[in-house]
Amino acid sequence: MSAPTAARSAAPAGRRAGRGAGARGPDGAGTTRSRGRGRSSGVRRAPWVLMAPFLVVFVLSFVLPILYAVGQSFTRVQRSGLFGEEGTTSGFGGLANYRQALEGTAFVESVGRVVLFGLVQVTVMIALATVLALLLESASARWPGAFRTLYFLPYGIPGVIATILWSFLYVPGLSPLVDVAGAVGLDVDFLGPSTVLWSIANIVTWAYAGYNMLIIVAQLKSIPGELYEAARVDGAGPVRIARSLQLPLIRPALLLATVFSIIGTLQLFAEPQVLQSVSTAISNEYTPNLAAYNSAFNNNDYGVAAAQSVLIALAAFVLSGLFLALTNRKDRS
Amino acid sequence: MSVAPPTRRPAPAREGAGRTGSVASSAPGRTQRRPRTTILVTAILVVVAVYFLVPVYWVLVAATKSTDDLFTTNGFWFSDSPQLLTNLRLVVSYDGGLFLRWLANSFLYAGVGAVLATYLAAAAGYALGMYRFRGSGLILGVVLGGVLVPATATALPLFLLFSQVGVANTYWSVLIPSLVSPFGVFLCRIYSQAAVPVSVVEAARIDGAGELRIFHVLALRAMAPALVTVLLFQTIAIWNNYLLPLVMLADSRLYPVTLGLTTWRGQVDRLPEFYQLTIGGVLVSVVPLVVLMVLLQRFWRGGLTEGAVKA
Repeated sequence: MSAPTAARSAAPAGRRAGRGAGARGPDGAGTTRSRGRGRSSGVRRAPWVLMAPFLVVFVLSFVLPILYAVGQSFTRVQRSGLFGEEGTTSGFGGLANYRQALEGTAFVESVGRVVLFGLVQVTVMIALATVLALLLESASARWPGAFRTLYFLPYGIPGVIATILWSFLYVPGLSPLVDVAGAVGLDVDFLGPSTVLWSIANIVTWAYAGYNMLIIVAQLKSIPGELYEAARVDGAGPVRIARSLQLPLIRPALLLATVFSIIGTLQLFAEPQVLQSVSTAISNEYTPNLAAYNSAFNNNDYGVAAAQSVLIALAAFVLSGLFLALTNRKDRS
Repeated sequence: MSVAPPTRRPAPAREGAGRTGSVASSAPGRTQRRPRTTILVTAILVVVAVYFLVPVYWVLVAATKSTDDLFTTNGFWFSDSPQLLTNLRLVVSYDGGLFLRWLANSFLYAGVGAVLATYLAAAAGYALGMYRFRGSGLILGVVLGGVLVPATATALPLFLLFSQVGVANTYWSVLIPSLVSPFGVFLCRIYSQAAVPVSVVEAARIDGAGELRIFHVLALRAMAPALVTVLLFQTIAIWNNYLLPLVMLADSRLYPVTLGLTTWRGQVDRLPEFYQLTIGGVLVSVVPLVVLMVLLQRFWRGGLTEGAVKA
C-alpha cells in the first residue's frame, strides 16, 4: 500500500501510446468512419458518442423518474367504489398531494425526527471520525494501519445486514449487551419509544464512522511535511498542531463528509424499516422515506408518495446548500 | 492487511520531487514520542476497536449455536456443543438452496452492474474532461445534481415506470439503475484531465487514430487507477442496495442477499429456527466482504484521496 494513485499512471501512459497504435479498439467501425470524414467532424461528434450510453441510462433511471415523480405529485387519482374496482380517474390536482402530505402530522413529525437525528448523529460521527483520524496520524499511535483497517471494516457490511446484526444485540433475551447491563443493575431498553432513535443512530455511526475517518486520513496525508516542521520549529505541540494546522487544512474533507452525511440522514430507511419487526415504537411514518414508501405500497397513494419524495429531495438540496453557504460565509469573515 | 507499518510511508512520488523533508520528519511529533502518550492513545484506539468488533465477534459466536443455546448461554462465549457446520448446512440447504441463489444474484447484480457502470462512467467522464463542446457544462451540472438526489426519490417512480413497461420484478429492474454512477463520471472527468496527456492524444490523432480508439486504447489505460476506485465503490453500492430490490422485486428467487436475509429476519417471531438461519446467513454474507475490504484497502484510500482532495 504505497503507490500513490495519481502518479502511478502518468508516466507509463506516454510510453504505451506508441504501442497502442497497433491495438484495435472495440469499436473499429467508428474509428475508420471518423477518419474518412475528416478529423474535425470526428472530434466534434466524439464526446457525444462517448457519452451516449451513459446518458441513455442516466435519463432512463434518473431524469425520467424524477420528472414522473414531479408529475405524479400534482396528479390526483379519484377512485370509484370501495377499492377502486369501478375504475379510477386522474387529473391535475394542484398542490392537493403536497397539502395532504404536510397536513398529516406524522410526516412533519418524521422530518423533525430525522433533523434531530442528523444534528446529533452527524455531529457525533464526524467528531469521532476526526478524533480517530488525528490519533491514527499522530506519531503516538501504535499499529495505525491495523486500527485503520479495523475501523473501516463495517463500511463493507451492507446497512441492512448491520441492522439485522445490531437488532439481535438489541433484543432482550438474545442480547448479551442487555444481559451485561442487567448484571450491573442497569435496565436498558434499546427498542423503547425514547431510545430506539438513538439505537438507530448507533447503527449508522458504527457503519459509517470508519468511512468518514478514511476521508479525513486521506486529507491529512496530503498536508506537506514542511508545514509540520515549521510548526514544530515555532514550538507547537501536538494539540496545537491539530488545532491550528491540521483542522483548518482538513476542512474540505469535513465539509464533504458532513454534506454526504446530511443527505444520508434524510434518506434514512433501511434501518428503521428492518427494526420495525422488533420495535413497536417505529411507526409506518417514522422517517420521511418510510412514510413515502408506505404511502405508495401500503396505501397505494402514489400521488402523496411522489409529493413526499419530491419534498425529501428538495430538503436534501436545501440543507446541503444551506450548510455549504453557512460554512463559506464563516470562512470569509 | 498483512503488514501494519508503524511509520508513515514514503511521500507519494507526485510530490516527491519538490520535497526536502525526510520520511521520519513528516510524521507530526515523531521526534517527541513519549511512552505515556503512546499508551494512552493506543488504549483509546483499542477501546474504539472493541466497539467496532463486538457485533462481528458476536455473530461469529452465535453462528455456532443452536436456537436453544442462543437464548440460554452467554452471548459472548461459545456453548458446550458448537455446531457451526450444522448451522451452515442448514443455511445453504433451506428451501432448495435459496440462500445460495441470493448470493449468486448479489454477485450478478454487483459484478455485472459495476463493470458496466464503470465503463459508462469512464467514457462519459473522459468526454466531459477532454473535449470542449457546447452543453458540457449543463450535462456536468445535471449529473452532479444526480449525486444529490436521494435514491428513494427515484426508486418509487422508477418502479411505477418499470411496471408500466413490464420490466418490474425482473433482473433488469435492478441492473439498469445500477449502471449509473454520477460519482464515477465526476471522478473520471477529474482524473482524465490529470492523467491523460493531451500531447499524446494529439500525436495519436495526427497518426490517424480515431477518437474512440484513442479512448479505448490510450485513455482507459491511463485512467486505470480511477477506474479501480469507481469499480470498488459501485460494487459496494450495488451490493449494499436494499431499497431498489425491495421496491422492484416480488419473486424471492430474484432477491439479492440483503433483501433475502431481511425476509428471514422478519420471520423469527413465528418460527424460531429462523434465528439460526439468519445468523448463519449474516455470517456467510459478511465474511467475503470483510476479506475483500482488508485486501483492497489501498485502493479505497486512493479513491477517497481523489474524491476529497481534488473535489
